[in-house]
Order: sequence, then C-alpha cells, then structure tokens
Amino acid sequence: MVDTFVIPLLKILIVLNATLVGVTYMVLLERKVIAWAQSRLGPMRVGPYGILQPVADAVKLMIKEDITPVRADRWVFTAAPIISMVPALIVYAVIPFGPEVSLFGRKINLFITDINVGLLYIVSVASVGVYGIILAGYASNSKFPLLASLRASAQLISYEVAVTLTLVSVILMAGSLSMVSIVRAQESSGMWYAFVQPVAFVIFVIGSLAETNRAPFDMPEAEQELTGGFHTEYSGMRFALFFLAEYANMIVVSSVATTLFLGGWLRPFPSVAILSFLDVVPSWTWFLVKSFLFLYFFIWIRATLPRYRYDQLMRLGWKMLIPVAIGNLVVTGIVKVLFL
Amino acid sequence: MGQAIAFYFISTCILGFAVLVISTKDTVHSVLFLVLDFLFVAALYVLLGAEFLAAIQILVYAGGIVVLYLFVVMLVNLKRPPEAHSDPHRRTKLGFGLAAAVLFELGMIAVRSSGEPIRPIAAVATAGMPLTGNTEQVGWMLYTSYLIPFEIASMLLLVAMIGAIVLAKREL
Repeated sequence: MVDTFVIPLLKILIVLNATLVGVTYMVLLERKVIAWAQSRLGPMRVGPYGILQPVADAVKLMIKEDITPVRADRWVFTAAPIISMVPALIVYAVIPFGPEVSLFGRKINLFITDINVGLLYIVSVASVGVYGIILAGYASNSKFPLLASLRASAQLISYEVAVTLTLVSVILMAGSLSMVSIVRAQESSGMWYAFVQPVAFVIFVIGSLAETNRAPFDMPEAEQELTGGFHTEYSGMRFALFFLAEYANMIVVSSVATTLFLGGWLRPFPSVAILSFLDVVPSWTWFLVKSFLFLYFFIWIRATLPRYRYDQLMRLGWKMLIPVAIGNLVVTGIVKVLFL
Repeated sequence: MGQAIAFYFISTCILGFAVLVISTKDTVHSVLFLVLDFLFVAALYVLLGAEFLAAIQILVYAGGIVVLYLFVVMLVNLKRPPEAHSDPHRRTKLGFGLAAAVLFELGMIAVRSSGEPIRPIAAVATAGMPLTGNTEQVGWMLYTSYLIPFEIASMLLLVAMIGAIVLAKREL
C-alpha cells in the first residue's frame, strides 16, 4: 500500500512543486544574470536583492484580467496553454535524480519511475508539446500569432530530427533506452558521454536551444518582427502557463542533457579513484549542480548572442546539424561494432 | 477486471473520437480529434504490454505526421462553410463495397479468434527469443522473422523520399 501508492504520490508532489518553484526562480535568475551582463542591477525592490520577485510576479499574473478575443476559437484557445504545460511536466516521471537511497529505513529510488522506453517516452511527450504553440497561434485568429506559430512549428519539427538522431547515438553507446541504465552505462564505462560523443553533445545543445525556443533561436517570439509571438493575444494566467511551460522545458532539457551526456547523478570523473572523497556529497546534488550549470549556460547564451535570421536557422538545422548527426550516428555504429 | 474496464474505456474513446474526426465541421478541430484518437491508440498499446510501439505511435503519428496535417490545414484556412459536395466521379457503390469488405474481414477475424485465449503481445513475442525488453524484442523480430517486409518497407520509404525531392525540385 505504502510502496505502491503513498511513496509515488509523494514523489510526484515533490517533483511537481520543486519544478514549479524552480521555474519561477529560473525566471528571476534569468533577469538577474542578464541584468548583470548589461551592467544593471535587475529586480531589487521586492525582498532583499529581489528574491521575492517571483511571488510578486505570480500574484500579478493571477489577478490580471483574462481576455479571450471575440473572434478566437474559444475551446482551442483555452486548451493551447494547457497542452503546452502538461507535456513539460509529465516528462519528469522518468528523469532519474539519483540512485536508490535509504530514507527512514526504507529504500527509495530518486526517480518516479524507470520504464524501459524512458528516452523514447521523453522524445514522444516532448513532440506533443508542439501543439500548444501551433494551436495558440491558430486559435488567436490574428496575423502575428499565426505567423509566429507557423515559424515555431517548422523550427521545432526541423530541430527535433537532429536532436533525436544524437539521442540514437547515445542509445547505441548505452545499449538501452532506460534513463537509469544510461547513467549506469556511463558509470561502468567510467566516462561521461559528453567526452565519448562530443559531436552529439554539441548538436544536442544547439538543438535543445532551438527546441525550447531560446535565444539565439527564439524566432517564434521575436518581438521586433512579431509583436510578441504566438502568445500575443494571451493575458493573465494563460500567458503565465506558456511562460512557465517554456522554463519547465528548459529544465527538462537540461536534466536530459545531464542524464545522457554529463553522467546524471555520478560525480565528476567517476573512474578516477583519487577523487572518491567526492562521494561524500549526496549523488542528487551532482545532478542538481550539473542541471543548474546547464541552465546558466542557456541564460549566458541569451545574454551573449544575437538572434538568428529565420532562413539561416533553417539552413543551420537541415544542412548542417542533420547531416553531421547522421554522420556521427554512422561512425558510432561502425566503431561500436568493430572496437567495443 | 481492471484490464477489461480500461480496454473498454479506451476502445470507446477511440471509436468516439474517430466518429468526431469525420463528423466535425471545423477541419482544425477534426485534426485535433485525430490526435486524441492516436493518443488513445497508444494507450491501448501500453495496455497490451507494447510500450515501444506506444511511444513510437505518439512520436511518429501524434507528434510528427499530424503536425504536418495541421500545418497544411492552417495554411489553407478553411474558414468558409464547406460547399455542397457534388463530385460527378463519386463512386458511392465502390465505397459501400469496400466498407462491406472491411466489415467482413473484421467479422471473420472476430469469429476465427473468438475461441482462443487472449494473450498480451509481450508474452507472444518472448517465445524463443534470447532478449528481454520490449524494444529489443521488436528489433529482434524485425531483423529475423520479418526481415523482408521490413526491407521492402524501407525501400518504399526511400522511393517516397526520392519522389518528394523530384517533385519539389523541378530542375536538379
């Protein structure tokens, strides 16, 4: 009873809440880091150094008027933010934050579940998330959101191909689709896959920037061209859902990158025995630190690089990333068969 | 018991959404019902113990192909009410004939298989196979028992791909 219902429910509650809190603080972190990059202070008024700013933002978004345009497709307009948010949250079901630990005399896995098609589950759920953006643009019944959503869907479909191909080369290395087994495989080979598969890692990072609609690929919400992108007509809590979904997706992508390429919960250099004093640190801390660094990298990129032009973006995706990813996959297969 | 309830619930949803797909006036709504339909088909696969197939179903159909449908439907923008359909080449008899053939086929399958006990897909696949895990089993079957159909399918896809390139790019 306790093992089948109570513990999984508790885990889901903790992960969902941690995600939502993490997302709100991610927004604050982004504003702060970009402010520092531009020699400003960022939010300073609410709480010391602005640390209560997320609370103020949440309250503001909740009490704002919720507007549905008259000519909008009412049902789809309501469903679109939900369709964006749900896939971003249910992906956490298979992300391993750590191995088995014992807590209060009970063995607890630091992941909600470990299914044997874990990675495929993540990819397929993430591919459903595209609908949120497309439908938001369509249902608003307005020019700019429609343009933005067409751009977004083209971009997401193109980059999904490259990202999925890099995932296949990781699957080849690990020989499994389960997220936990992939981390275990990195443990037994003593190497993070970022070092074994550097090409795949770089393509994954670029592709994940594009898939989360982040700068320099934030084409769907290019303010100067599209007056705010696919969520132009949204206000209040529904707008907030899109916003939260974007940041939740960023956290998902960095958790996936951590698991697949940066050794998940493993300490740095898991095969070097001299560094074994690092094992004092609980394993989930490594996971969080790595994911945090990845998220910081996202913000750093946004503060540094200008936005791509749309045709350049498509050219990069189709003519650079996908051929390189296919080549990498072929080389990985050959090397794996001949030498490993 | 629980499995039966889940099966009948999912099947009802699949059939219901399938009817909605063809009965809805708004094309975009119809495409959305199609997505829901595919999601429930994936749920049915999970119920049968075919997780790999379920994930692929969502990834390829719900997440890939239908996105392209939606793309086309949005670009064409069928906001006007549809005109009365009067196609002189419409073959009503042929349609009824095909529907009757499919119905007969389904009926035959139902009659022939009614006596056998129901086995989950996973159990069928494990017979005489050195591998565990759903994905590995599907791969094993594809590359042993079903190698030739698999290769023919990939040839077909290759031909389709080349055809698309030729159609889209007139001067090569």
